[in-house]
Amino acid sequence: MELSEILNIALMQGFAGLSLFAVLLLMGLGLAIIFGQMGVINMAHGEFMAIGAYTVFLGSTLTEKYAPGFAQAYFPFAIVAAFVFAFIGGWLAEWALIRHLYKRPLDTLLATWGLSLALQQCFRTFISPKEVSPTLPDWLMGSWAPHEGLDIPINGMFVMALTLLVTAGVMLALYKSRWGLRVRATVSNRPMANAVGINTKKTDRLTFAIGCGIAGIAGAAFTTIGSTGPTSGSLYIVDSFLVVTFGGAASLLGTAASAFGIAQIQSITEFFMTGSMAKVFTLSFVVIVLMFRPQGLFASKVRR
Amino acid sequence: MKKHPSDLPVSTDRRQVLQGIVGLALAAATMRAGAQKLPTSQVNTTKLAVTDTEVTVGQLHSATGTMAISETGSIQAEQLAIDQINAAGGVLGRQIKVIKEDGASDWPTFAEKAKKLLVNDHVATVFGCWTSASRKAVLPIFEKENGMLYYPTFYEGLEQSKNVIYTGQEATQQILWGLDWAAKEQGTKSYFLVGSDYIWPRTSMKIARKHIENVLKQKVVGEEYYPLGNTNFNSLINKIKAAKPDLIYAAVVGGSNVAFYKQLKAAGITSAKQKLLTISVTEDELLGIGGENTEGFYSCMKYFQSLDNENNKKFVAAFKAKYGEKSVIGDVTQAGYLGPWLWKYTVEKAGSFDVDKIAAASTGIEFKAAPEGYVRIDDNHHLFSKARIGQMLADGQFKVVAESPELIKPDPFPKGYQ
Repeated sequence: MELSEILNIALMQGFAGLSLFAVLLLMGLGLAIIFGQMGVINMAHGEFMAIGAYTVFLGSTLTEKYAPGFAQAYFPFAIVAAFVFAFIGGWLAEWALIRHLYKRPLDTLLATWGLSLALQQCFRTFISPKEVSPTLPDWLMGSWAPHEGLDIPINGMFVMALTLLVTAGVMLALYKSRWGLRVRATVSNRPMANAVGINTKKTDRLTFAIGCGIAGIAGAAFTTIGSTGPTSGSLYIVDSFLVVTFGGAASLLGTAASAFGIAQIQSITEFFMTGSMAKVFTLSFVVIVLMFRPQGLFASKVRR
Repeated sequence: MKKHPSDLPVSTDRRQVLQGIVGLALAAATMRAGAQKLPTSQVNTTKLAVTDTEVTVGQLHSATGTMAISETGSIQAEQLAIDQINAAGGVLGRQIKVIKEDGASDWPTFAEKAKKLLVNDHVATVFGCWTSASRKAVLPIFEKENGMLYYPTFYEGLEQSKNVIYTGQEATQQILWGLDWAAKEQGTKSYFLVGSDYIWPRTSMKIARKHIENVLKQKVVGEEYYPLGNTNFNSLINKIKAAKPDLIYAAVVGGSNVAFYKQLKAAGITSAKQKLLTISVTEDELLGIGGENTEGFYSCMKYFQSLDNENNKKFVAAFKAKYGEKSVIGDVTQAGYLGPWLWKYTVEKAGSFDVDKIAAASTGIEFKAAPEGYVRIDDNHHLFSKARIGQMLADGQFKVVAESPELIKPDPFPKGYQ
C-alpha cells in the first residue's frame, strides 16, 4: 500500500473516532443533565431520543406529502420540532411521575423503566413495528472528497457540528443563565435554595424537560446514521449510561472527556481487532477504571 | 438426471403455469368431493383438533418485541394462504381455524406457546418461528409431542427433523450459486465478509469462505462480525477501504443493516465504485434502509416481489388487496405463504391429518402455483428452489438480473463446508 493511501485511511479513521465521540457526547448530554444535576436515573432516556427520531420521520413524511418543494430544507426545522416534542414529553413525565419520587431516587429507575416500556409499545402500536428511516435531504448524504481516496462523511460532520452547538448551548445556559444558576444552587443545597426564594420544583421540571429535549435532538441527529424502531432507544441507553457513569455524574466536562476517551479506544481497537472484540476491550477498560475510580473520571458533589 | 418440466425458466411457458392452476382447481374440486368419503375417525387417529367441518392449526410468531419487525410479513402471508385455502374449500373438506400465539421475540416464550399449541389445543400443524433461536427453542417440543412445524426463514442449515418442513433456503442454496455468479459474471476475485455476530451469519460466512477458497480458488481479504444492534460502522468501512476487496459479501441484520448501508454511502462507497452482494436484504429491509442508500448493490434470494410470472402477479395482487397497496413482500414472506399450501397438499396426498403420515408423505410434494415459480419438498424436508440475484433500485424494489438455471437441491449438511 502506498504512503498516501495509508495517510488517507489514517485521516478517515481519525475522523471516525471524532464522529463517534460526537455521537456519544450527544447521547450522554441529556442524561448527564438529568442524572448529574437531579440524581434521577432516567431509563426512558433512549425513548426520548426515539421521540426525536420519530419527529424527524414525521417531518419527512409530511413534507413529502404536502410540500415536496420543502424537502431540502425541512431537516433543521425537524430538529427544532424534535427538541420541542421531547421537551413537552419530559415536562409531562416529570409532572406525572418523577416529581413524586425525588425522595426515592432508586424508585425513579423503576418508574422511568416502566415509562420506557410503555413508550416502546406506543411506538409499536401507533407508528409501526418496522424500522423506519426518514428521507434525508440530498445535502446530508454522501461524502466530501477533498482529493482522490479521501472521503469524509457529510452526516458525520453534521452530527459533529450539532454536538458542538448543543454542548456550547448547554454550557452557556448552565453557567451564564438564571436557569443555570438556579439549577446549580438546587444541586448544591436544596433547602437553602428553597429558602432564598428559588422555586426548586419549577427548576426541577425545567431541568428534566431540557434534558429530555436534548435527548430529542440527539435522536433527530441519529436518523442521519441509523434507523429508528420501537426498540432503538434501548440500544442507545447502554452507551448513554456508560458515558455518563464513566465521566462522573454531575460533571459536564467529565461527560465530554469520557465520550472522547471511549470513542477513541473503541474506534482504534475496532480498526485493529474485530468489532465484537473491540467492544469487549472497551468495556473491560471502563470497568477497570471504574474499579479504581468509582466516582468516575471527574467527580463533583451530587445532591443527596 | 431427468429434467423436471418446471425446472425451465418460469417466464418461458405460461401455458404450463395455467395448466398447473387449472389442475389445482380440479384437484380442489375432487378433494371436496373426496372429503365426504373420509370420516374424521379415519383422517385423524391421534386426537388432533379435527372435526367433520373444521381443522385447527397454530400460528406461532413474534407479534411483539424486536422481531415483530420481521415476522409481521410471515404472519400476514400465512394468513393469506389460509384464507385462500378456506375459500377454495379447505383441507379434506374441512375449514382451517387458526389459533394465533405470540412468541414475543422471547425464546422461552416460544417454547411455552409451542407446548400449549400441541398439548392443550392439539393443533394439526403449526406455521411459525422466524429466528433460528426460536426454532431451536421449539424443536425439542415438536419432536417430543410429535407436532408439525412449517418454518419460513432462510437459515444456516445443519438441521433436519421429521417434524419440521423448512420452506426457506438452507445456507448452501443461498450462498454457493450466488458466489459463483459474482465470480463468473462480475469477475470478482477478492472478498470481504461482513456479518452480524450470531449463528446464521457466522455459519453462512464459514460456508462462503470454504467455497471461495476451495472451490473458486480465490481470496478472502477480511472477515468481520459486529454485535447485533451495532450502529457504528465507520472503522469497519475504513478497514474495507484498506483491504480493497472486489466484492463485499454482507449478512448484517436488523437495525444494524440500516446504519451499515447509510454509512457506506456516507463514506463514498456506492455501487459505482464497489460491488456488494448481500444475503440479508429483502424488500422488507430496503423499506427501512431507503433504496437511495443501496442503489445498484446485489442481493441473493429465491424470491423478489418484482419476479415476472403469473403466479407471482396473482400473489402480489392478493397480498396488496388484503394488506394495502404500500405493503412490500420479501423473501421470507413468500416462504411463509408456501407453508399452508404445502401442508394442504401433503394432507390430501396422505389422506390424513396424522403427523406421522404427513411427515412420510411430504417427500415430493409440489406447489406449482408458488409465487417463486415452483417448489418441491425434498426427502430431507427442505425445498428444491431456485436462487436469484436482484439488483437494488432506488424505489426499494429489486430488478432480477440472474436466476439459477436449475432448481437447487437442498443440502443442509454440506460435505466439505463444515
